[in-house]
Amino acid sequence: MRSITSTVLSVVLFSTYVGIGALAHEARFSLGWALAGTLFVFAGPAQIILISTLGSGATVIQAAIAVTVSAIRLFPMVVSVLPMMRTPQTRRRQLMLAAHFVAITLWVECHRLLPKVPRDRRIIFVHGLGTGLVAVCLTATTIGYALAANLAGPPAAAILLLTPLAFLLSTARNCRELSDVLALLLGLVLFPVVARFHTGVDILVSGVVAGTVAYAVHWWRERR
Amino acid sequence: MSEALSHFFGDWHALLALLLAGFLPNEIWRMIGVWFGAGVDEGSELLVWVRAVATAVLAGVIAQILIQPPGALAGVPDWLRYGAVAGGCLVFLATKRSIFAGVVSGELLMLAGTWWLG
Repeated sequence: MRSITSTVLSVVLFSTYVGIGALAHEARFSLGWALAGTLFVFAGPAQIILISTLGSGATVIQAAIAVTVSAIRLFPMVVSVLPMMRTPQTRRRQLMLAAHFVAITLWVECHRLLPKVPRDRRIIFVHGLGTGLVAVCLTATTIGYALAANLAGPPAAAILLLTPLAFLLSTARNCRELSDVLALLLGLVLFPVVARFHTGVDILVSGVVAGTVAYAVHWWRERR
Repeated sequence: MSEALSHFFGDWHALLALLLAGFLPNEIWRMIGVWFGAGVDEGSELLVWVRAVATAVLAGVIAQILIQPPGALAGVPDWLRYGAVAGGCLVFLATKRSIFAGVVSGELLMLAGTWWLG
């Protein structure tokens, strides 16, 4: 059973990165650029936002702001995972590589697997797990890029549909509170409205407004 | 060799954009987590808001890909794209939130639709 859940998770990760590779190709980035993105960014949502903002003509600063906002969610993930690996002798710089690997998949796997690993070996374990996940993602990025370059018509469209489908469902799965569900739904609905104004930072505007409204509803319900 | 390399990586402006708008924004938050993370409550109100905004930003990008689709996806009629994603969501909900089942059925719906349209 354990191996099945981890397989399903890596299938989802794999198809996500196939989608990212294909999207990078459609936005006319090089394969090396796409692979460098997977290696150094290693956060699916950030890569999608980067590719679609830069690809649709946003400036580097506009893209950087949108990615920075989306990347804030990595902060609580790092904060919740690192105490599981820390021993009294651990130095902070020993945790930096492990922190780089923190993204949604590793975060889920750490909570699932780390309790079974002896504490003094957990950093090593995470380095191994993270390297393995990055290798899977690099392979998937290459495959997606190659498929998009060589396919046409419906099969190519199917590869490109992987990204929105996989991200929508994995985000829906990770929703923990009402505010998360509302933010997802409002974000989907609000973007087309904001896009009509062509602000140049449509994603950012719709994201901040939808997220804040979702939070306000959460706050109002808690207070009652 | 260097020509092959420059073909592989493309122009350096794009790589610089990747560094500035991709690598740094993500790595900064991870490192802030390493250095200043101690004592932050994961359930705190600020983090609930942060998570809501980050989720909504991602939702916006998903909507953008569906509404202004790239490349070959633009060749699929609007109603079929939205219908396939809606179908995938329904299967996801019906299968106790199985991402795998939802993605596969969404893809199959779209492929069946394009085949049916000829």
